[in-house]
Amino acid sequence: MSVVGSPLVPPERIDLDGLVAAIQERFSAVVSLSRADKGVLLSLHLKDPESLPPLSLFLYWEIGCSFGGLIVEEHSHAWQLRYLFLASGSGWIDIVLELPLGGRSVPSITAAVHAADWHEREAEDLFGLQFENHPRLGDFILHDQIWPEGAAPHRKPQRKSVDVHQTQLRRRPNPNWRPLLVVQDPGSFAMPVGPVYEGGIGESLHFILETVGEDVLRAAPRLFYKFRGVEKIAEGTRVSHALLLSERFAAKSSFAHSLAFSSAIEKICDVEVPPRAARLRVILAELERLRHHAGAITGICESTALSVAASQAAIIEEELLRASCHFTGHRYLFGLNKPGGLRRDFNSDGFRDLLNAVGRAVDELRILENRLHFTSSFLDRLEDVGVVDPNKARDLNLLGPVGRASGRCHDLRRECSYGGYGDYQFEVPRENEGDGYARLRVLFAEAAQSAKLIRQAVDSLQPGPISVPCEATHSGAALGWVEAPIGAALHWVRLDSSGLVERYRAITPSFNNWLGFHVAVEDFAFQDFPIILATFALSAAECDR
Amino acid sequence: MSFWFWHGLSNGVRSTGYPRVPESAPGVTPGRPVATEFSSAERSSLAAADCPVDAIVPRGASALVDLRSCVYCQRCRFGGAYPLQWTQDHEWTTVAAGRENYVPLPRSYRRSLHIMVVDAGDCGACLHEVKHLNNPFYNAHRLGIFFTATPRSADVLLVVGPVSENMRVPLLKTYEAMPTPKRIVAVGACAITGGVFGRGFMSAGGVSSVLPVDLEIPGDPPPPLAILHGLLAVTGRKALAPRQPDFGRTA
Repeated sequence: MSVVGSPLVPPERIDLDGLVAAIQERFSAVVSLSRADKGVLLSLHLKDPESLPPLSLFLYWEIGCSFGGLIVEEHSHAWQLRYLFLASGSGWIDIVLELPLGGRSVPSITAAVHAADWHEREAEDLFGLQFENHPRLGDFILHDQIWPEGAAPHRKPQRKSVDVHQTQLRRRPNPNWRPLLVVQDPGSFAMPVGPVYEGGIGESLHFILETVGEDVLRAAPRLFYKFRGVEKIAEGTRVSHALLLSERFAAKSSFAHSLAFSSAIEKICDVEVPPRAARLRVILAELERLRHHAGAITGICESTALSVAASQAAIIEEELLRASCHFTGHRYLFGLNKPGGLRRDFNSDGFRDLLNAVGRAVDELRILENRLHFTSSFLDRLEDVGVVDPNKARDLNLLGPVGRASGRCHDLRRECSYGGYGDYQFEVPRENEGDGYARLRVLFAEAAQSAKLIRQAVDSLQPGPISVPCEATHSGAALGWVEAPIGAALHWVRLDSSGLVERYRAITPSFNNWLGFHVAVEDFAFQDFPIILATFALSAAECDR
Repeated sequence: MSFWFWHGLSNGVRSTGYPRVPESAPGVTPGRPVATEFSSAERSSLAAADCPVDAIVPRGASALVDLRSCVYCQRCRFGGAYPLQWTQDHEWTTVAAGRENYVPLPRSYRRSLHIMVVDAGDCGACLHEVKHLNNPFYNAHRLGIFFTATPRSADVLLVVGPVSENMRVPLLKTYEAMPTPKRIVAVGACAITGGVFGRGFMSAGGVSSVLPVDLEIPGDPPPPLAILHGLLAVTGRKALAPRQPDFGRTA
């Protein structure tokens, strides 16, 4: 692929007016622009589907936007496909493509924007859309050995081609199904890992590792064993029930997801949360990030079989879980967010205990980091292992700590500020090596920054209300976003005229980063696999939904 | 690198005294709602109306709680006009529906119980709490409870998650690979009733719709101590909590 002037490190700030001028110069014949709000600043309505790939290429590689995701909506008259891009420092823009319901064929943008690969495969499985020139469709969310072709379970019920409810109990696995193998060397074989493995106390994932002996030549993750169809279940429910789903599909970042969902609803209702609620949300979101990173560090220590360090990190994590429970009533921060603010307030004793616990955790993490830094047997397992170089990270649009360990500076708290993060002093740690050790250093540094943010937010708290009424009574759609512990999470919600959820789309950082995971595993030895897996700290529940 | 040895020692013993002595450190359990008396039937129905999963059942002036369905959203705890009482206990394990004559595993299993965990679509919370049984605070090893990587040596199948369609076959295969006698424990509201995911095109709505569940550990997620109580109850080392009436909803 020829890339014109590809900015490896995207510009810090993309000026929206300049972008509009550039698009009008190049694409004025095929695109009509509209300034929008509800989370998306600028919509590019495509008149001609064929210009979708060049426009995506232009936005991603020439302007330097990062890719957000693909949102498919089935309206009564047409398909509406929405490709989200982030203009760093300005906000979200989207390309909107409308297609007649009868037509199922869409040009694929995967060749232009590799990060769109899985989004298109997902849409193909769930909606039955065909993406022209996509390198590989099929067998993705609906595993081919149990699902018939063309099931498309996310289509609207009246047009659903297969009644999945009816066939569920009668379905039997197809014994003739075989995974696609690529490596053809003599003596090569495929090593299956999962879906039930790691003593079971790992999430359900399946990997096919192709090898000729020692090094993994090709790694193909096969996910979606845990697919629960959250987006479909949410359809037709009340907002309060969809909120439960949003915080319960991925517990390790439940507060972040419920926050993104709530902020989407708040945008639909044109409601602004009170300042106290915004600050409390920062406290809770950063508490979750701190706890998540402590857990990820535990996982890395465990994967290298450094048991004392793993135990110490597990103690830190458990103490943070207990502090969360003592502070909020729930160890995983469930049931706190609601559209319009928070469900409960906290008293000064609670904040004092929380700050003590956070301070202790950060001190302990600092000690742990120092000790790990001088443990050569540990570093040997991480340094120069699982390397994702900055080019690849940009290519695959890696997010969160994984992306930031490979030279990306993608952090929504900075690039597309929300929830008042602009008021606080904090740094976004960044490393360029892209190996396992860089990812570990980023996790430690981010944990320290989270504690710093919690302290600032607690200090700046003013008494006041913690919620405003936020009842959706009209139709509308909006995008909510949040920097979840492992990267950018986007929640798109469309409500119908009676305030019920018509379409709910959760784009999660794990979904995005799993796509790039194979790059880190390939060409490294088998015994590095669990370590690389741990340094990515990805969640299958969050990816599968 | 002998500093790890001293680092470990310097932290002292952190393990809980449970089950020998009760554990009461703050934050070990979120607690759970219990039946609450209100002054009128109207108020108990208003309290029930706040529950998003209909786990609060009004019976006259009192509001009963169907703990199998409760998803611990805390809406009946904070913010509502008629809050329910919450306890701070954690011994929640009960027998599953139709297993009233449950027989614990024999005494010989008491110091060597091997657990196979299967994640059947869990959000990560229950699974994480199971994982925390191995951390120094709970240290399930000291009680002779081990997590095993193979179903061939497992005595207990611990299932988390509502059983997603893609995990149904791996779950059944794991169960069939286990030797008898074996026990199945469903952990968390999703594994018991399907939780917020319910029964749908991708979720079986609980483990009992595919496998004969013996014990249920309610909670969303149950804290590590609640899971520990359940595992101790498998071999009869701890008494089970009494099973609730099913409030007219058969499993």
